[in-house]
Amino acid sequence: MSDTAAGLLQVGLLLACLAAVYRPFGGYMARVYTSDKDLRVERWTYKLFGVDSKADQTWAVYARSLIAFSALSVILLYLLQRLQHWLPLSLGLPNVESGLAFNTAASFVSNTNWQSYVPEAVMGHLVQFAGLAVQNFLSAAVGITVAIALIRGFSRSKTDRVGNFWVDLVRTVLRVLVPIAVVGTVVLVAMGVVQNFSGGHEVTSVVGQTQTIPGGPVASQEVIKELGTNGGGYYNANSAHPFENPNPLSNLFEIFLLLVIPVCLTRTFGVMVKDKRQGYAILGVMGTIWAAFVFLATLFEVQGAGTATRAAGAAMEGKETRFGEWASSLFAVSTTGTSTGAVNSMHDSFTPLGGGVPLFHMMLGEVTPGGTGTGLYGMLILAVLAVFVAGLMVGRTPEYLKKKITAREMKLVSLYILTTPTVVLVGASLAMGLAVARASILNTDSPHGFSEVLYAFTSAGNNNGSAFAGISANIPFYNTALGLVMLLGRFVPIVFALALAGSLAKQQPVPVTQGTLPTHKALFVTMLVGVVLIVTGLTYFPALTLGPLAEGL
Amino acid sequence: MTTIVKTPSSPAPKKAADTVAKKAPTGAFDPKMLLTSLPDALKKLDPRVMVKNPVMFVVEVGAAASTVKAITDPSVFVWWIVVWLWLTVIFANLAEAVAEGRGKAQAETLRKAKTETTARRMVGDGEEEVPATQLKLGDLVVVEAGQIIPGDGDVVEGVASVDESAITGESAPVIRESGGDRSAVTGGTKVLSDRIVVKITTKPGESFIDRMIALVEGASRQKTPNEIALNILLASLTIVFLIAVATLPTFANYAHTNLSIVILVALLVALIPTTIGALLSAIGIAGMDRLVQRNVLAMSGRAVEAAGDVNTLLLDKTGTITLGNRQASEFIPVQGVSDTDLADAAQLSSLADETPEGRSIVVLAKTGYGLRERHTGELPHATFVEFTAQTRMSGVDVDDRQIRKGAAGAVNAWINQHGGTIDSQLGEIVDGISASGGTPLVVAESIGGKARALGVIHLKDVVKAGMRERFDQMRSMGIRTVMITGDNQLTAKAIAEEAGVDDFLAEATPEDKMALIKKEQEGGRLVAMTGDGTNDAPALAQADVGVAMNSGTSAAKEAGNMVDLDSNPTKLIEIVEIGKQLLITRGSLTTFSIANDVAKYFAILPALFAAAYPGLDKLNVMGLHSPESAIVSAIVFNALIIVLLVPLALRGVRYKPSSASAMLRRNLLVYGVGGLISPFIGIKLLDLVISLIPGLR
Repeated sequence: MSDTAAGLLQVGLLLACLAAVYRPFGGYMARVYTSDKDLRVERWTYKLFGVDSKADQTWAVYARSLIAFSALSVILLYLLQRLQHWLPLSLGLPNVESGLAFNTAASFVSNTNWQSYVPEAVMGHLVQFAGLAVQNFLSAAVGITVAIALIRGFSRSKTDRVGNFWVDLVRTVLRVLVPIAVVGTVVLVAMGVVQNFSGGHEVTSVVGQTQTIPGGPVASQEVIKELGTNGGGYYNANSAHPFENPNPLSNLFEIFLLLVIPVCLTRTFGVMVKDKRQGYAILGVMGTIWAAFVFLATLFEVQGAGTATRAAGAAMEGKETRFGEWASSLFAVSTTGTSTGAVNSMHDSFTPLGGGVPLFHMMLGEVTPGGTGTGLYGMLILAVLAVFVAGLMVGRTPEYLKKKITAREMKLVSLYILTTPTVVLVGASLAMGLAVARASILNTDSPHGFSEVLYAFTSAGNNNGSAFAGISANIPFYNTALGLVMLLGRFVPIVFALALAGSLAKQQPVPVTQGTLPTHKALFVTMLVGVVLIVTGLTYFPALTLGPLAEGL
Repeated sequence: MTTIVKTPSSPAPKKAADTVAKKAPTGAFDPKMLLTSLPDALKKLDPRVMVKNPVMFVVEVGAAASTVKAITDPSVFVWWIVVWLWLTVIFANLAEAVAEGRGKAQAETLRKAKTETTARRMVGDGEEEVPATQLKLGDLVVVEAGQIIPGDGDVVEGVASVDESAITGESAPVIRESGGDRSAVTGGTKVLSDRIVVKITTKPGESFIDRMIALVEGASRQKTPNEIALNILLASLTIVFLIAVATLPTFANYAHTNLSIVILVALLVALIPTTIGALLSAIGIAGMDRLVQRNVLAMSGRAVEAAGDVNTLLLDKTGTITLGNRQASEFIPVQGVSDTDLADAAQLSSLADETPEGRSIVVLAKTGYGLRERHTGELPHATFVEFTAQTRMSGVDVDDRQIRKGAAGAVNAWINQHGGTIDSQLGEIVDGISASGGTPLVVAESIGGKARALGVIHLKDVVKAGMRERFDQMRSMGIRTVMITGDNQLTAKAIAEEAGVDDFLAEATPEDKMALIKKEQEGGRLVAMTGDGTNDAPALAQADVGVAMNSGTSAAKEAGNMVDLDSNPTKLIEIVEIGKQLLITRGSLTTFSIANDVAKYFAILPALFAAAYPGLDKLNVMGLHSPESAIVSAIVFNALIIVLLVPLALRGVRYKPSSASAMLRRNLLVYGVGGLISPFIGIKLLDLVISLIPGLR
């Protein structure tokens, strides 16, 4: 089979699987968040933590609960790393240094999973299991709760209540993430991913050297890494490592896992706002951009850069021969479009323009289809922006899903949209301005070196977590700056999204008439694609010119 | 309930246009106004004024910073940029000044009406002369023929004809009388005949004419809700680009490129949404102005925007949907009477009847039956019997022939009294007409003491021409029309069907009207209505858009948020269109402004960095002459586009009632795609010229 045929087959299979689960899984999630029955295990959990599961919260209380919960998570994860040496199951590893511990705590709680370290050499089983894996579940769930609260903002009316954070959190973990993770683990183990509690294996390589390869509960970590759009690998090589991702089938399954929740949440949205076409429209926008980026990345990679790579067939440097350019590009675009950041190839080794694709994809704000929950609420906020401009053009106070977009909503949307570019660009500017930070750039004095820094801050600010590599990020400056950028890029927009939910929920719905802008038709989908590309893209265009464009043109 | 002073006989738009031509020196945009408004535009450069417009304020600050740089480190390029940056700010101010200037001319006309007047205030039994400015609420003043009414108020005694041309531009005098719905008078208007006593209802300085002056001058203009929301969006886009540009030097340093402050300001100004930022307030002022030109005064900009959002229009039947009065449409004789005989009798009985119904009978007899109108003088023996509320009949006595016409009950009784009998066929005809929504008038005669019925005149409401099309348009815009009438269910239904309204409210009392508004609003709908009577006031206040007729009572005018000086209820439809056009203009120019950025990037970015990375020259898709000419071209385009769009901002974008989908498609194509492409062409053309400037590299 030719590369192209194999590549197309993979894309086709991926889309077929997503299509198959779209309705049942999306509908299931909608029932999870609208049912008023608690499972027994959930009742025990609520009793244990003193949560009144029937009490809905205002957006402010919802936000406070979320922030308090996340702050506590950061502190616990920080302490777990700082005290690892004295705790069991450390594999004898020392305590983690403070800057790195902060960076890692911020990274995993913000669902970024940026890793400034070599996991298998720094984190013992306890931190991996009780710290990082737990956050892989919880941070993913936190993102989903925000999306659900925002959906309720649209679907509810004349109320100041947007749901109960604790109930949404517990249900997401117990009813959505855990069941799929369990099934997924079994599937991955069947595909050859390791799952054990052993230490290192001494192996002799073909050239006669000996190597120590640690084992561990890899498959279970791997599932939630993708499913929760986390991206933090058990091994430094992430999904390029054969123990994490042994073959093309496991590769495809992992891509499926990282897309499944963000994609199906659009259905959940459609069901909850009682207009499934709206869900299709949002999915249409996400899918259009995702497909375009897959096409571009594959094109640039298959063509390669320069005569040498072209003569050799393609740009295979930094890619696994198991996967090739097609599967690598597909993975790269899906991982940067979902805020996952897991990699099955080194983006730094992509062709200049090919590497620019995942970078630009992240810059769009992780909405195509985005992280678990974050993708949906991010896209809905861009939709509100598009509706505002489009609504004025049809001569009415703009309205989306029967809710008016007034000055208050626009204020929150504007603040939301401002936050991420601000932290990304200010962070990158600081890094390029400080000599100590510039010293970390390995590809000095080239646009590629700048791309690496820009990529790091873009990845952190958008909570992606993938790295261009090429910079030594484990220094105090990067650990602190990126840690702060991750937290700000995650939680500031969340507060605005929840405030928007509160503001929308209070409104009385406006009846839909002939004069109402239809937001489920191709015309609006096209416009929203334009808004995503222009409004978020234009901000980064000057910076992109100096990075990938300068290098690639 | 509804009394219309002037019966609008021609369709409203034409009429509105006539009035504009008569009173407003404004009309279309005149390029000369750019020059005359220049001093005002320069005055607005004051940073304390500019700060209210965040986008243009950023441009001004950038221009000031660049000026400093140009003085310390001059070059042809830098000075070109500096001059055009300032021009960008001035053009924005010019747009606003021109918009305001058009209102000023109207304000002048109004001020003339407000000349110093003295009032004859009543004190005890006598009266005293005081300046109009000293009148207090509740004062009673006497105004006689030839005098100016000193303040706004209600007529409490007498009846007079008043010349209101000072405010309405309409020269025909109107009747104002105590009691009823025609009691309100406006200060500054002139009493032409008789004597009235007016009770002052507003304080000096807050009178109708004062508010009107403030309104057309834009002095009391407050930002409307959508305008505030749009301003927030524009401000945040400005901040995003500010950050994108401010962080660029550190990135550029890494590429060994030093970006001067002038270059950075140029890039920033090219990217922030200056086009819409510059025109936004002009669009708002012009929108209000369009209303004023149609003789509608909006008390708040909020109401104008609400008009664009209206879901339900409550329209009074009489005067809005139908011509003011019923008209004869047919003569139906009973068996044994010829058409002509009936027509002849009907005409005779109506000769002295000056009501519109009576006139229409004479007209129908002439046009339908060829009966020449006879003058009362031609019939020396005729005695005309006037209509009274007791007899409910009118008619004529010629020699021994008596002719009567009137309501079926009254005429039947008359026939019986005069020894006649009622044929059952008459009852059928009468019922038939009633069932079709018309009003039957029975005509009977009595010759020599023997009375008989001749037939029935079919009076019907005549729906104004073009109403059905208008309601179809409304429906396609998603607006539901509800006809309000005091008529019975049957009549209302027939007219509603003929006119093509979506719904109707028959036998409506003010309470019914109020209940209907509340019910619509509970469903999240916005309601617009017109009214003029005191009993309309609560409903006018409750409606989201309440248009009071200027001929109405002061209570109605206080309660509504707009006043129509022409007292033309059909205008509600135009108000809705103006509200929509205002929003569409803003949205379209915002889209245009943002879409413009793409081309500017392609002009400026290669110019900045192609020296460091020659590959970036591929981005110079327009093939611009040099980096300097590219940047200057982008900035000049950015400034000129403001001036080019001023006429559009003042006129509003083309608006044709259609569905939201159709409108979005059109505007997205014209202003989105157009906004994407036009700057590529514009900048290229400018570059061809600018590259010829000596001293630019």
